[in-house]
Amino acid sequence: MRKGRAAAILAGLAVAVAACGNAPTTNEPAASAPASGEATSGAKTLEGVTLEVAAKWTGEEQKNFEQVLKAFSEKTGAKVTYASTGEDTGAYLGPRIQGGSPPDIAILPQPGLVQQYADQKALKPLSADVSKEIDANYTPYWKELGSADGQVYGVLIKAAHKSLVWYRSQALEEAGVQPPTTWDEMVKSSQTIADSGTAPLSLCGASGWTLTDLFENVYLSSAGPEKYDQLAKHEIPWTDASVTTALEKIQQLVSKDEFLVDGRSNTMQTDFPTCVTKVYGQDKAAMVIEADFVAVTAVESGAKVGEEAKYVPFPKVGETAPVVLGGDVAVAMKDSPGAMALLQFLASKEGGEIWAKLPGYLSPNRNVSPDNYPDPLTQELGKTIISAGESVRYDMSDLAPSAFGGTDGKGEWKILQDFLRDPSDIKGAQEALEAEAKKAWK
Amino acid sequence: MTERLDGPKVPPENPSGGPASGPADTPRKLRLGPSPALAITFLLPAALLLGVWVVYPIVYSIFRSLFDASGNGFVGLDNYVTIFSDGGMLRTIRNNLIWVIVAPLVVTTLGLIFAVLTERIRWSTAFKLIVFMPMAVSLMAAGVIFRLVYDGDPDKGVANAILTTVHDTFSSSQGYPEARPREGEQSPVVAEGGGVVTKQPVQAGQPVLIPIVGVKPEVMPSDAAPAKAATGGDGLSGTVWFDFTPGGSGVNGQVDGTEKGLPGMTVEAVSNGQVAGTATTAEDGSFRFEGLPAGSYVVRLPQSNFEGAYNGLAWLGPTLITPAIIGAFVWVWAGFAMVLIAAGLAAIPRDALEAARIDGASEWQVFRKITVPLLSPVLLVVFVTMIINTLKVFDLVFIIAPASVQPDANVVALEMWRVSFGGGNNQGLGSALAIFLLILVLPFMVMNIRRFRRGDS
Repeated sequence: MRKGRAAAILAGLAVAVAACGNAPTTNEPAASAPASGEATSGAKTLEGVTLEVAAKWTGEEQKNFEQVLKAFSEKTGAKVTYASTGEDTGAYLGPRIQGGSPPDIAILPQPGLVQQYADQKALKPLSADVSKEIDANYTPYWKELGSADGQVYGVLIKAAHKSLVWYRSQALEEAGVQPPTTWDEMVKSSQTIADSGTAPLSLCGASGWTLTDLFENVYLSSAGPEKYDQLAKHEIPWTDASVTTALEKIQQLVSKDEFLVDGRSNTMQTDFPTCVTKVYGQDKAAMVIEADFVAVTAVESGAKVGEEAKYVPFPKVGETAPVVLGGDVAVAMKDSPGAMALLQFLASKEGGEIWAKLPGYLSPNRNVSPDNYPDPLTQELGKTIISAGESVRYDMSDLAPSAFGGTDGKGEWKILQDFLRDPSDIKGAQEALEAEAKKAWK
Repeated sequence: MTERLDGPKVPPENPSGGPASGPADTPRKLRLGPSPALAITFLLPAALLLGVWVVYPIVYSIFRSLFDASGNGFVGLDNYVTIFSDGGMLRTIRNNLIWVIVAPLVVTTLGLIFAVLTERIRWSTAFKLIVFMPMAVSLMAAGVIFRLVYDGDPDKGVANAILTTVHDTFSSSQGYPEARPREGEQSPVVAEGGGVVTKQPVQAGQPVLIPIVGVKPEVMPSDAAPAKAATGGDGLSGTVWFDFTPGGSGVNGQVDGTEKGLPGMTVEAVSNGQVAGTATTAEDGSFRFEGLPAGSYVVRLPQSNFEGAYNGLAWLGPTLITPAIIGAFVWVWAGFAMVLIAAGLAAIPRDALEAARIDGASEWQVFRKITVPLLSPVLLVVFVTMIINTLKVFDLVFIIAPASVQPDANVVALEMWRVSFGGGNNQGLGSALAIFLLILVLPFMVMNIRRFRRGDS
């Protein structure tokens, strides 16, 4: 901690010195190289500052994000390094926080973690400048998501649209069905597709979060946003009748073995990107229920988004057309001007638009025009997120304590997996969910 | 080196288990070594490192295990109570028990067999090298390898590829796996006992329609011709066809223009539970029973028509996962056990074996009565080392078990990590598990250390 503060002071000094036009003299070893190299303008206020950003992105997503970081470096002169946390951000950050050397900025995949880390006093409140940027660019709903106990700690910098059903257009054409708009149609079409000899559904049974996404869409649509909020905060029990209804609806879809590609046992072993390749690469199944980022895998499998790989909004189960979003919240774990400047940049229109031009990104920033997105489908998605406004809901499991909603083999993930393995026992699943929820919310 | 040379002397002492008497009565008065101050100075660095890396963490873990997740609230022994009251945790302990009983036994036995057999073959060094090779692979990489080996898809996982190849050499399936009768009120047929039967008994002269759906494109025979609805005529006849028109314009339960027949289906005419006649469908899906006495029959497509290709076992499913992971563990450690046992074997006095052989003992008797007893100290060391290894097994389980079956494959070391860092963030409970694990390992550690000490004397 003391080291961090010292770095902050040094960074502050650097800013002051740089303003005078002199090369800064700091202890940071990385400082010398970029500082002496370029001398373009006085705008590079963060020369010599080194920042570390930790996020779970890998591969293409990481490369794209690094381009945004590069733009920040070019603008301010700060050197930003990226650290990948792997799938389990909590497992990566926990020891680093305990060890007293957290990254400057962490990008949390779940707003639930904001509350958790705020309780541990591991987060730094955002500076006034960042707050102003958020007020200018975000609706209050998003701001609230990054807050804990009334204090704003984080800014949602990347959104994921989780209310989509992706399908292989050829498979639906062969079966002669239209993309479903209601749940009943979805079940009926699935039967027809199964009759045609293609498995209608590719579920990612090994990735528990895909199952919670499915549940959330069905629940939001069948029970409505108010109940959704109550359940998300565990104000109503999981044994509530509305949960029964939602699980019954899911049961209609998953209880038939012929609906699941490669059978139930293999479905339980299929993780997230693999289930997409079963639809697009191997052409074995017709539909996969997941978020916008399915596009990345679909393209890798050789399908063209918009031609072979298409999607429809998640079919209406009840009254509400569900819009469930996921997203990543950037928080500061060290209170330095550099970290705040980077957060401000990420929350700004400028930073958002650089990112938006790259594939696989959706911005929750209302001032980032959807026109920036590289393809029409993403533009469409961007518009829905911005316009959805009040009725939009955040991924429920990501709002829950992570022991319940975000851990492999535990809580909601495990119970929904058990439910998928044996969809007949709705009551048992509900009781198990309630028992786990009680433990997590105590 | 010197111990190795002394080695042959050790075994005769050991079987008797007699007290090691020699070194204890070294005279105390006569000090040959350096002064205590000097000794302490030299011991200090090691003691310091041990203190920082071993003693402090253990003490702190004990301390931490008495507190809750946040580390602020004192909970006493609650964390330990949780370990033994939580259902998932009990399964974890049960898994560990299976590990501790099965894995060391299999590893030691295999190591012994390899070691004894390699002594007799010419290319023993090459063989030993190959068996030992997995030790050079990190457990993590071994996990990745075995995750693939156990993959459910026979095209990817070699375990299932072997099973299916063996299975298919003895029986091959020619049927229509996963195909099923069209469901619904209007459908004239219904699924029964894995096969398909007509709902109503049928008579000769009345064509039987058997609509089948869900035929996978890859099992559709290339010679299948468009189906023709049988027109009746003499005898009992009908059509088995794929009741699905691409594009979906067909009418359910009717033979539409382009719908294809399903050739090669076995059709049975059943009367009072007895099969009265058998027929096989032609390329257009039509069948006709010859020489069937008049009367009403139930037409049945027996289950054999729908038997899918054998797809091997669900290695990574909840039931087989622990044995599967133990298999990977054995693959890694068998070489290690073999090398240790082979070294012990080399140290066995040949004359004892020779004497036994001259006395007329068979090879099996020599192995059973001479080799194994003489080897028993080494075997015990290997066995105990393996027990310690199995108790702390983590990476293999973490990597091989898919997330959905990880709770079924869980072991204490993995659970410790999961509750501490893997989302639960309850380091109090995690520390309690660590201490529990330590207590489990401790007796075996003490045993091993004792053994080493005795070996030194």
